[in-house]
Amino acid sequence: MESVQSRTVDYQQLRSAITWDVARRELGVVEGGSLNIADLCIDRHVMAGRGDKVALVHENHEGELRRFTYRDLMLLTNGWAAFLRGLGIRNLDRVCLFLDRVPELYIGFMGILKLGAVVEPLFSAFGEDALHSRMEDSAATAIITERKHLGKVRRVRERVPSLKTIIVIDQEADGRPLREGEVAYSMMANQLVTFPAFRAFPETPSVLHYTSGTTGKPKGAMHVHGSVFAQYLTSKVVLDLKDDDVYWCTADPGWVTGTSYGIIGPWAMGATEVVLDAGFSSDRWYQTIEKHRVTVWYTAPTAIRMLMKDGLDPVARHDHSSLRHMCSVGEPLNPEAVRWGREAFGLDFHDTFWQTETGAIMITNLPGMPVKPGSMGRPFPALEAAVVDPRSGEPITSPGRVGLIAIRPPWPSMMRTYWNNSATYYGKFLNGWYICGDQASLDRDGYFWFCGRDDDVINTGGHLVGPFEIESALLEHEAVAESAAIGKPDPVNMEVVKVFVALRPGFTPSADLELSIMNHVRKRLSPLAMPQEIAFVDKVPKTRSGKILRRVLRAQELGQPIGDISTMDDN
Amino acid sequence: MKEMILEYIKNEYIDEDEVDEIQLDENTPLISSGIVDSFSMVSLKRFLEKKYAISIPDEEASPEAFNTVTSIIALVNRHVAKK
Repeated sequence: MESVQSRTVDYQQLRSAITWDVARRELGVVEGGSLNIADLCIDRHVMAGRGDKVALVHENHEGELRRFTYRDLMLLTNGWAAFLRGLGIRNLDRVCLFLDRVPELYIGFMGILKLGAVVEPLFSAFGEDALHSRMEDSAATAIITERKHLGKVRRVRERVPSLKTIIVIDQEADGRPLREGEVAYSMMANQLVTFPAFRAFPETPSVLHYTSGTTGKPKGAMHVHGSVFAQYLTSKVVLDLKDDDVYWCTADPGWVTGTSYGIIGPWAMGATEVVLDAGFSSDRWYQTIEKHRVTVWYTAPTAIRMLMKDGLDPVARHDHSSLRHMCSVGEPLNPEAVRWGREAFGLDFHDTFWQTETGAIMITNLPGMPVKPGSMGRPFPALEAAVVDPRSGEPITSPGRVGLIAIRPPWPSMMRTYWNNSATYYGKFLNGWYICGDQASLDRDGYFWFCGRDDDVINTGGHLVGPFEIESALLEHEAVAESAAIGKPDPVNMEVVKVFVALRPGFTPSADLELSIMNHVRKRLSPLAMPQEIAFVDKVPKTRSGKILRRVLRAQELGQPIGDISTMDDN
Repeated sequence: MKEMILEYIKNEYIDEDEVDEIQLDENTPLISSGIVDSFSMVSLKRFLEKKYAISIPDEEASPEAFNTVTSIIALVNRHVAKK
């Protein structure tokens, strides 16, 4: 297959040729007509005679392989939709997925959409607090889980009054009884020839993804069925996916990359997707590329830097000649990682920028466009994006001047609101632009260069973690009087969580206490939120009104000037 | 050492409802099976350093070195011997 680096593109020409309408037409949706993501991603291929094409190659940690064709997916999603309907679940009900990367996660996702319900993916490593806050906020009706995670679901159940049913996918392999309100479901035993997909419209809610902010609980970004136009077109133009590609997206569907480009995008394109349900190891990753002849690979800077740590020898031990295109997302891709990719694979990693709220890639290095190592690239051709002044919202045109990354609404995959929190949603707009919350500058060629977050949110391993959530969880620890969480720069994960903790009377700093605090946050929230470093302090810097001054701690950590501290409470 | 590390992993990384169901021994894959993820490795490393009064450099704390209790014991023993 042709490597994307052997061609060149004219960016201005692409801007006039690529419009969202192209996606609508190619997907066969009439203007103003109905659609359903599951129908477009699965049934459409079967009806077009591509039912025997392999859609999903799944490999578990023991190396067992399972293959599903598009016809299999159609029958299985029909089964899911009928089963959920039989439980009384209706369109627009929120149904959570709380699963490891098993086939039921990917296929169940589409089954929920086929029914017309709203799918709420939850990262399977979430602890009880993280699980509870999201399910309570969305008023979830049902949750699909596995025995391994059932204990956590049971422990939050009483605190989620809306939750009527817990669906367990692997009960057959387990002798222990289920309790009231829990039902077993065996996906493979429930294949159904027909199920009329719910007639959604572009504005019908589809996926509810929670994301962290500086303050308050995580916010649910509500997406709609029409988002598929953006996910299809960006998969085609940015990921360069074709229906004969073997594509591997390493993201977990608990996060937006894992659904927009780990489920919807590749299946909308009719590609074969590889899923590896195993922990990270360099050898295993290279084996995956070699064994499945992966052609297009979408991964994250943290993963690339972990591969870099193991050097070039493991790369050389495996055949990666099938690879023709590589992309990256989650955090800025540092120039060293781009250069290493060239040396290791003879290809560029193409950085892409977007977020939960945008639903699809916004700023990117397109195939055939010269990659400037360290740059985020240019706006996706169907979009208008700018760097704007933080006060006026006016675009900044002078090269090198830092402002906020802004996208001109609307676009098909834009979130339509934050669930239960429209005030915060409307606060995301300035002067007619959607403000992403990241700072960047432009160069003379119109390339975007990332400078940092505009808030206190921590980006660790490509995932956003809210400091407020961590501080709230820390307060539940018996030894913690007050705390502040910041992102500390890290060579692999971009940032890791560092917390400053003031102890209650009667507690003294110790290695045991440090470990106890780390594990407390890991279990309550998730491993991503676990502090990798703890500093014991007498008090946490705050304003006189009690707001935690995280910027002071961050500046101290980085050895930078502390700035204006006139509002700091010095008592 | 083996029992202590196994006990710690059971207590800290396996859900209390599942602890009786998961067959955990010194050769059970921890990282590749997802029992311990790469972020949680940090707390496991911290536990080992504290318990055995050693310091494990970050470059040695690889997913392979932490994948089984057997490989963890080998890592710890190397550092204990250096003391």
